[in-house]
Amino acid sequence: MKFAVLVFPGSNCDIDCYKAVEDTLGEPVDFVWHTATDLSAYDCILVPGGFSYGDYLRCGAISRFAPVMNEVAKAAEQGKFVLGICNGFQILTEAGLLPGALRRNESMKFRCHDTTLKVVNNTTPFTTDYAEGEEIVIPIAHGEGNYYCDEETLASLKANNQIVFTYTNNPNGSVADIAGICNERGNVVGMMPHPERAVNSLLGSEDGKRMFSSILKTWRDTHGTASVR
Amino acid sequence: MLKAKVYVTIKKSVLDPQGVAVQGALHSVGFQEVESLRIGKYMELTLDTNDREEAAKRLKDMCEKLLANTVIEDYRYELEG
Repeated sequence: MKFAVLVFPGSNCDIDCYKAVEDTLGEPVDFVWHTATDLSAYDCILVPGGFSYGDYLRCGAISRFAPVMNEVAKAAEQGKFVLGICNGFQILTEAGLLPGALRRNESMKFRCHDTTLKVVNNTTPFTTDYAEGEEIVIPIAHGEGNYYCDEETLASLKANNQIVFTYTNNPNGSVADIAGICNERGNVVGMMPHPERAVNSLLGSEDGKRMFSSILKTWRDTHGTASVR
Repeated sequence: MLKAKVYVTIKKSVLDPQGVAVQGALHSVGFQEVESLRIGKYMELTLDTNDREEAAKRLKDMCEKLLANTVIEDYRYELEG
């Protein structure tokens, strides 16, 4: 299984994502620059955190027009796995691949600490290794992670089981304590917390590891286990 | 040449934490009359066209596509010249 980690000017969690794939899965992974126009070689695309384009105008507003984002939309359409973390989540909402938007934290503070998340949906390709309702510890680091969507969108998120993670102790004012959501099909997930920073007990938590193992397991289930590394 | 001014503000229905914080600060320095405060963005554009109708149409496009996120923001614009 091949992973791509997108890199925009200002991405700063790209190396963490790369290492998380390398260390937890040992599967091939490449950095892919934002100008790339072909992602056909990849099975999973990670859109990392950071401050792409300096967060100018709005977080993710400019990155969504990077050439590579057309390819991300195509990959999502083809049913490939797309995971946006933090700034990656903001980019995916700006691109319209996920509903809603991320506002300034209610506290106006940049929050950087561990959070406890509840796994609401363990049927996405990214969460099958968790139990439904399980509580996991994953760190956050953001100033603009306050998820917003209107009532109607929230109702449809609930009806389609698109809420993937919620905070047990809401750190930013997000609607319905939402920490992460998926698209209707379930192959695109966006989340503010950083699973790639929680892949080893030395880092304080290894609860994020299972997101990566879930992706690989789901991919193997659909592609057979005889894939050559 | 036409000049355009674009104003982007957080929707009334959406909490504006920056606005709330600045309102609180004004209260604490004695401006009790401030009942609400919303923070937005102001942009000045110079457009290489004299066709007002076409310019207005394209400005709307710019706002919808990039300048505002219509999930949480409202926009309005003025054309001059």
